[in-house]
Amino acid sequence: MSALIQGRTGEWEVVIGLEVHAQVISQAKLFSAAATAFGAAPNTQVSFVDAAFPGMLPVLNRFCVEQAVKTGLGINGRINLHSVFDRKNYFYPDLPAGYQISQFSQPIVSQGRLWLDLADGTTREVGITRLHLEQDAGKSLHDQHPTKTYVDLNRAGVALMEIVSEPDLRSAEEAGAYLRKLRSILRYLGTCDANMEEGNLRCDCNVSVRRPGGPLGTRCEIKNVNSVRFVMQAIEYEARRQVEVIEEGGTVVQETRLFDSGKGVTRSMRTKEESHDYRYFPDPDLLPLSLDAAWVESLKAGLPELPDAKKTRFMRDYKLSAYDAGLLVGERENADFFEAVAKGRDPKLASSWVTVELFGALNKAGKTIAESPVSPAALGELIDLIADGTLSGRLAKDVFAEMLASGKGARAIVAEKGLKQVTDTGAIGAAIDAVLAGEPDKIAEYRAGKEKLLAFFVGQVMKATQGKANPALVNQLLKKKLAG
Amino acid sequence: MALDKATVARIAALARIKVPETEVDTLAGELSKILTWVEQLNEIDVAGVEPMTAVTLARSPLREDHVADGGIVDKILANAPETANGFFVVPKVVE
Amino acid sequence: MTLTALTIGQARDGLRRKEFTARELADAYVRAMEAVRPLNVYLMETPDRALAAARQSDARLQKGEGLPLDGIPVAVKDLFCTEGVETTAASKILAGFVPPYESTVTANLWRSGALMLGKVNLDEFAMGSATISGARGPTENPWRRRGDNRPLVPGGSSGGSAAAVAARAALAATGTDTGGSIRQPASFCGIVGLKPTYGRCSRWGIVAFASSLDQAGPMTRDVRDAAIMLQAMAGHDPKDATSAPLPVPNFEAAVGRSVKGLRVGIPKEYRLDGMPTEIEMLWRRGIEWVKEAGATTVDISLKMTKYALATYYIIAPAEASSNLARYDGVRFGLRVPGESLEAMYENTRGHGFGAEVRRRVLIGTYVLSAGYYDAYYLKAQKVRTLIARDFDEAFKRCDAILTPTAPSPAFAIGEKMDDPIAMYLNDVFTVPVNLAGLPAISVPAGLSGDGLPLGLQVIGKAFDEETMLRVAAVLEDAAGFDAVPAFVAGSA
Repeated sequence: MSALIQGRTGEWEVVIGLEVHAQVISQAKLFSAAATAFGAAPNTQVSFVDAAFPGMLPVLNRFCVEQAVKTGLGINGRINLHSVFDRKNYFYPDLPAGYQISQFSQPIVSQGRLWLDLADGTTREVGITRLHLEQDAGKSLHDQHPTKTYVDLNRAGVALMEIVSEPDLRSAEEAGAYLRKLRSILRYLGTCDANMEEGNLRCDCNVSVRRPGGPLGTRCEIKNVNSVRFVMQAIEYEARRQVEVIEEGGTVVQETRLFDSGKGVTRSMRTKEESHDYRYFPDPDLLPLSLDAAWVESLKAGLPELPDAKKTRFMRDYKLSAYDAGLLVGERENADFFEAVAKGRDPKLASSWVTVELFGALNKAGKTIAESPVSPAALGELIDLIADGTLSGRLAKDVFAEMLASGKGARAIVAEKGLKQVTDTGAIGAAIDAVLAGEPDKIAEYRAGKEKLLAFFVGQVMKATQGKANPALVNQLLKKKLAG
Repeated sequence: MALDKATVARIAALARIKVPETEVDTLAGELSKILTWVEQLNEIDVAGVEPMTAVTLARSPLREDHVADGGIVDKILANAPETANGFFVVPKVVE
Repeated sequence: MTLTALTIGQARDGLRRKEFTARELADAYVRAMEAVRPLNVYLMETPDRALAAARQSDARLQKGEGLPLDGIPVAVKDLFCTEGVETTAASKILAGFVPPYESTVTANLWRSGALMLGKVNLDEFAMGSATISGARGPTENPWRRRGDNRPLVPGGSSGGSAAAVAARAALAATGTDTGGSIRQPASFCGIVGLKPTYGRCSRWGIVAFASSLDQAGPMTRDVRDAAIMLQAMAGHDPKDATSAPLPVPNFEAAVGRSVKGLRVGIPKEYRLDGMPTEIEMLWRRGIEWVKEAGATTVDISLKMTKYALATYYIIAPAEASSNLARYDGVRFGLRVPGESLEAMYENTRGHGFGAEVRRRVLIGTYVLSAGYYDAYYLKAQKVRTLIARDFDEAFKRCDAILTPTAPSPAFAIGEKMDDPIAMYLNDVFTVPVNLAGLPAISVPAGLSGDGLPLGLQVIGKAFDEETMLRVAAVLEDAAGFDAVPAFVAGSA
């Protein structure tokens, strides 16, 4: 279901393709043995190969190939057992050799698929054209000096996976969903940290507009947008910009644009008129890459359960809703946490405690699940106390707050604070009698029809019992007693 | 294939080589002659022939994922015409 | 005894018999290196380094622990990166570049005990067949035409290497061969030049010209010396992905083995129209020599021979245009300032590259560019497959191939200058070998009417340098080439 744009002259469909560059998790670079770790002093993680000194030669990193194959399998792609590295030739100071080693005509992965989880609960399949391996460039700093650019080659040669979607996306929302799903898969596989803000996942958006059912329009490329939110904003803006241009009688110029996140607009890049003739040809320093079918099979067998499969399983085995399952499987660590809590317990209860109470508290404290002060076992213990009637839901929340703050276990807190809920109808009855004895006027008002005073009475009883009375029983007994 | 001056200028720009105006004509002539000479390959029928992408028939050797290089910033910068604070320095790029 | 008249084989024996020391041998060559200055052979002399290494060689030889090349003074083509010693590729764009690393091939030589006399001249970036295009000018061939004083070219691109060995200003030299750059200068200078199978020697640390064609190889006085040098230079290098993961055979053992029963192919397409008679005659003599030694000759056909030069002059410039993109004034070498980055690039490369390099980089850029890739580069790569197939087919019927090395003897400096293609035709017999990745060797076999050396080429099967050396040794024996050039360094 696409979100059509209402123009002045009618409806427009947005056609979006995303090109993602994902930095591969590995110790060393794609073609050199220098380190990939982020944040080192300039040019300290650079080999002579990375700096393209005379006579230097590339040698391919086996693990980077493995990471690319795993990712290709994770996006349901076809792994090409034979692929070739090509040189992409252009001049730029952070591209020391004057060419980037990439893959052009025979990439390592073709034809993948991804399923988008949309807000209305539906899913939609989109195609992925290809995934290939290539070198990252170094960094050019233009702001260190008024007339000079400073170049750091630490990043030059780090392995990237370029993942190109088919132009199947039809809205900013879908683009966001695509990125979120892709990010989730990459993190599940451990092949990329996929953090756009840190720059290890970069996205170029190709946007065009057309009349529904009409031919494809001219597309513009919006480069290097560095968050999912900005991708969505950039697409929204660009689509409307193009519609306006066309409706005012102009034509969309095929060009590269940048997204100005401050102003929320896209701007044309002021580059020279030259055409980008990259003169691709197979890199003669490298032999074609030939993969063992058996090796690919073994990688496939060793893949972890991926988000879509996990979501399906959660819905089936734990009887969770699509929404709740979706919340849990976004990050593998969250899903694992949930399953540890849910083991041998009511999954619905586990789910709501994890997604509502725990996630809520972690978000507020700015912590990740790995930094949770409450372990799965501890949360499980709390849930057990609810299940066996020791705690009411309400009391459990109080105990949970205390667990977060002190790091102590539920049972310990209950014992310490004597927070066991009161379910003894006799005791509750006595507490109710005591409260009602002091509120004759209100009783009269209630009996006269002011039914919402029930809440007042419940509150008083809870207060009188330090919140320990089982609220359902209080309600039940109060109603009986008030009824006379 | 005869190359005109505009083509020579375009190729020289792609290759980032400044060719003095006084040399363009001669250069265009030389390049044209060479290209015409190599076009004798047009006589050959290569239907069904694979391009020779690698001279040897071996498979790509693969390297283990260990850090065994880098950490040599002084050597990396030692031959540079201009450096500052560990960076290479070039005239500013207009973006 | 003139120490510089000895071959490696003889010097090796002499050192072990303690007839002289490594120090004495090195001294003789250092003096020869000085004496050869008029020929503009050495770009950089490193006598201190040579003498220091000679001392170490003597220490080992004294203890009876001599390494295979201990005490052997070698000249290094200035295309091999030598750590701490300026390496320029004979180009202005690399002036002042001091590599912080040593090429694998030269490291192998030093590990075998050889010592470096200095870096010798070449055509700029190895592009040429005359050694006239280098930034520091041409090298002169130590040979002169009888009765003619005009300086001649030593061939190229490894002309400095060839001249050094021929003039006895080095006992051996390293060269590189992309289209004939070891073999053709060897032929022009009357010495032995060997290009091994592609992948036999590592390319790591050698300034790259055309990656799928470049190979390092030895240039020596005789065939045995070439085998000894190749033994040390060759070997798998994990830092070069195109390096063959094969063990190095005992090349020297092949020298002197009988060729009885071997079949030597004679390709009819190498008989060119207008080929100088004396070269045709030399080739016929070569055929007789191998027959007399017990081999049979077989007529073979290498149909695509006439297209090899055109194929080469598309593929080599294409790869070179990309390999030379790194010379941009940013990280090493020459920088010519400019008001903008682009101007700096264009000024640096415009000023830093000589005319031949510029021609080839532009041709290479053109044949890879949009719209032309299929017609030129892709087509050439397909023709290359056909050329390699020709050899595959031929080698089903023979074990080695015999041809002339060059279509002429050395020509005068200044000749063939008005037409780049005339220069390219020097490589007509050598280029097909690089396209097919095969090993080949040039052996001095006779003199031209003017008294200039002429070489014969033996081409072997891939990784079968041994059979090639066997045939080469037979030719060398039969030819009995003992002529000496007009200029011999240090001769009284």
